[in-house]
This record gives sequence, structure tokens and C-alpha cells, in this order.
Amino acid sequence: MNLRYLAQPFRPLFEAARDLMPIILVILFFQELVLKQPIPNMEEMLIGMLMVLLGLALFVRGLEIGLFPLGESMAFAFAKKGNVFWLLLFAFLLGFGTTVAEPALIAVAGKAAEIAAQGGVIESTQEAVESYADGLRMTVALSVGTAIVLGVLRILKGWPLHFCIIGGYFVVVAMTYFAPDEIIGIAYDSGGVTTSTITVPLVTALGVGLASSIRGRNPMLDGFGLIAFASLLPMIFVMLYGIMI
Amino acid sequence: MSHLELFQETLQSTLRDVIPIALVLIGFQMFVLRQKIAHAWRVLRGFVYVLLGLALFLMGLEEAIFPLGEVMATQLTNPAFLYGDLYKDGVAVIETIRWQDYGWVYAFAFAIGLATTLAEPSLIAVGMKAQQVSGGAISAWGLRLAVSLGVAIGVSLGCFRIVTGTDLWLYIVVAYVLVILQTMRAPKMIIPLAYDSGGVTTSTVTVPLLAALGLGLAATIPGRSPLIDGFGLIAFASVFPIMSVMGYAQISRWLENKKKNTGGEDAL
Repeated sequence: MNLRYLAQPFRPLFEAARDLMPIILVILFFQELVLKQPIPNMEEMLIGMLMVLLGLALFVRGLEIGLFPLGESMAFAFAKKGNVFWLLLFAFLLGFGTTVAEPALIAVAGKAAEIAAQGGVIESTQEAVESYADGLRMTVALSVGTAIVLGVLRILKGWPLHFCIIGGYFVVVAMTYFAPDEIIGIAYDSGGVTTSTITVPLVTALGVGLASSIRGRNPMLDGFGLIAFASLLPMIFVMLYGIMI
Repeated sequence: MSHLELFQETLQSTLRDVIPIALVLIGFQMFVLRQKIAHAWRVLRGFVYVLLGLALFLMGLEEAIFPLGEVMATQLTNPAFLYGDLYKDGVAVIETIRWQDYGWVYAFAFAIGLATTLAEPSLIAVGMKAQQVSGGAISAWGLRLAVSLGVAIGVSLGCFRIVTGTDLWLYIVVAYVLVILQTMRAPKMIIPLAYDSGGVTTSTVTVPLLAALGLGLAATIPGRSPLIDGFGLIAFASVFPIMSVMGYAQISRWLENKKKNTGGEDAL
């Protein structure tokens, strides 16, 4: 009993080690047995792995005591307050705010603008490239905000998720025909870029919290699905952006 | 750059990413909900843990895993490695690309897709939530394994597509049709979770390594464009987990029914 109490703080560390083991094994196997090369900078590697391990353990502990309880308690408070407008505004800002400053998105938008300039879609002046990149970034951030709003509305109304998402896929496939070639790659990429590591736990906790505090909603059936919206809508919005410009 | 400077820089960029979210949360908490947060200090400590943890995690990846992973991806896709004796003095003796010669590339894609997805922090978060909400009927580890297998299969198929140069649309349309068919048959409870797993997989750890693999492959095979073929891998990595998670639920229901030998409701 005593021992178990002592081991408790180290549990996330053990789990992190278990989660990282496969990566180490894969790298060792391919490097030593397939490519037959030594590991360069063994010391750097070890330090780096130690940081990854510690970081993952801290992150998981932080989720348990910080992000999850906060997301849930806010969802309960919104449900109790019963004001749909504030809830939807919160949903929009959460989606918009987490995406607009996302470093991965800024990088992708910049690259997309360069490609567009090379392809002659826009003028290749610095000004045109920058405004194209900014426009793209805003489009994606708007789309994620809208996605969370739609997802929350779905939880409130109890719409079945698969109709929404499969319908969305049809729109994506149809729009791929009309969108210019240069934008398609970026559009498909943007779906993955938007779901950052801090957004996912918060949004999941919000959805599950809402679904469990609204009568007649099931947290399994209605609580999940916000992320699916957030990875679908950016594709549609970015292709629209490509068609309009 | 020293470790300390690098850590500072990573922490700053993580902070920049978090500040808008923190503002929204605090603003609504103070002005709209006007309620006290239970265990406020504990929650705040949790936020600090998440920030520090994420910064350490990203920095360690940059330091240890990404450089080596990228070098490995380039080496594995190098014709000199793949064709050995057939490729002498920098001149290829072979004339056509044969997909059979890329066995190690598919194997690496499978293994690295599986391993990186298992370590993906957002997936860990969703797994924790799913286990809690389902009351343990879905285990966090089982879900993550199912998602990782989906990514692994998707990514190796994606590499096969780049090598053979077949049309991306064909694969994606077939995959979507399969998703629709599975949606009609799978236990209802798993569907939202399965759709969510598609978006979760393509995140911090997986994307940089997959991009390196796709770009390396597209650059060494004549006639492939890094622009068009590079991104294809990520599309594969987000569709296949949807199928594998629904498949996982279908198989566990089938096993359950077989054990009970009754055709009753599923366990999920």
C-alpha cells in the first residue's frame, strides 16, 4: 500500500516510457539492421529522448488536473446558464482563437502563397503574396470557428453525426473538381493542421461535458465529433477560397 | 544554440499558441459565466504542466527524433540503397521503377506510422476521455492501437501509391465508400469516436516524419511531384484510422457475441 502510494507520481512517467518505446525500437531496427549505420550523436539522442519522456508525462498530468476539468466545468456552467448565444460565441472564439496563431498554419499558408505566386494565380510581389497568405490563414481560422459552432449545435439538437460528416465528404469530393489544382493539396493539408495538441483535449472535454449535462444526450453518441467537424470544414473553406481568388 | 536558449524559444512559441485560448477561457469565465473555478490553483498548475510538457516534448523531438527520422527516410528512398548492385557510380542500370523493390520503404512507413501515432499527445487525450466516458468498455490503449494500425496501413498504402503513380482520387473515393459502408454496419456508439480519430492522428509527431518520407520518395522517383504526392500521405493517414476504429468495434462486438452465443445488444 505504502509502495503504491510512492509509485503514484511516477505513473505518467512509466506510461510515457511505454508510449515512446515503439519509436525507439523502430529507429534502432532500421538504423542498425536495415541501413546498417551507427546512431549519430548518441548523447544528443539520449538527452532528447529524456526530454520527450518528461514532456509527455507532464502533459498527461496537466490534462488530468487542468485542461479536462476546466473544459468540463465550463460546459456544465454553459448548460446550466442555458444561453445558447453565449455558448455559440464561446465555441466560435475557441475554434478561431486556437487556430489563428497556430505556428503550423502560418507555415503552411506562407508556402501556399509562394506556390500560388509561382503558378501565376496571384502576382508575385511581396504584397500580393502576404495578403494571399493572410487571407488563407483567416479562412482556415474562420472555418474552424464555424466548425465548432456547427458541432456544438449538433450536440444541442442531437443531429446524427454521420449524416453531417458523410454529407461533408460529398461536398469535398465535388468541390475538388472545381477548385484550382494549386489549392487542393493545401486544402487537404489544412484539415490536419488545425487540430493542435491543446485544442483537442479542450474541445473534447467541452463536447463530452455538454452532452452529459443536457438531458437526452448521450456522451458517447453526442459528445465526440467536434474534431471531425474541425478537420472537415477547413478543406471546404480553403477550396472555396481557391475558387474565389 | 544551447539547450537553454532552444527551450526558451520553444516555450515562447508554445505560449504564443496558448495565449488566445487562455484569453477566451478567462474572459468567458469572468464576464459571462461569472463562476468560481473549483480547485483554481490545481487547474492553473495543470495548465503550467501542459505548457512545460509540450515545450519539452517538442524540443526533444526536434533534437532527437526528427533529424534522424528524416535522414533515415531519405536514405531508405535512395535508389543506391534500394537497388544496390543495379545502381553503380550514380547511374541507374534499371530502366523502370518496380514497386516490388520498395519493400523496405513500405515496412518503414508501416512501422513509423504505428510508432509515432502511439506517442501522439492529442490521441492520448482522446483515448483517456473515451475510456472514461464509455465506463471502460473502450480501453484507451485499445483505441490508440486501433488508430495507430489504421495510420500504419494507410501510410504504407500511400507509399505504394507514390511508387506506382496511381491516381490519388481512386484511393480516396474507395476509402470514403468503405467508410460509408462501415458506418451502416458498425456499433452506433463508436461512430463519433471513429470520425474524431481521423482528425487527431495528423498532429505533432506524425506529420513531420510522414512529410519527410513522402517528399523523399517523390523526389527520387522520376515523374512524381513532391507538391502533389507529398501531401497524399497525410490524406491516407486521416482516412484509414476511421476504418480501423470502426473495424476494432466490429471485431470486439463479434467476439463478444460469439462468447455469449446470443445475438443481443453489443457491449459498446
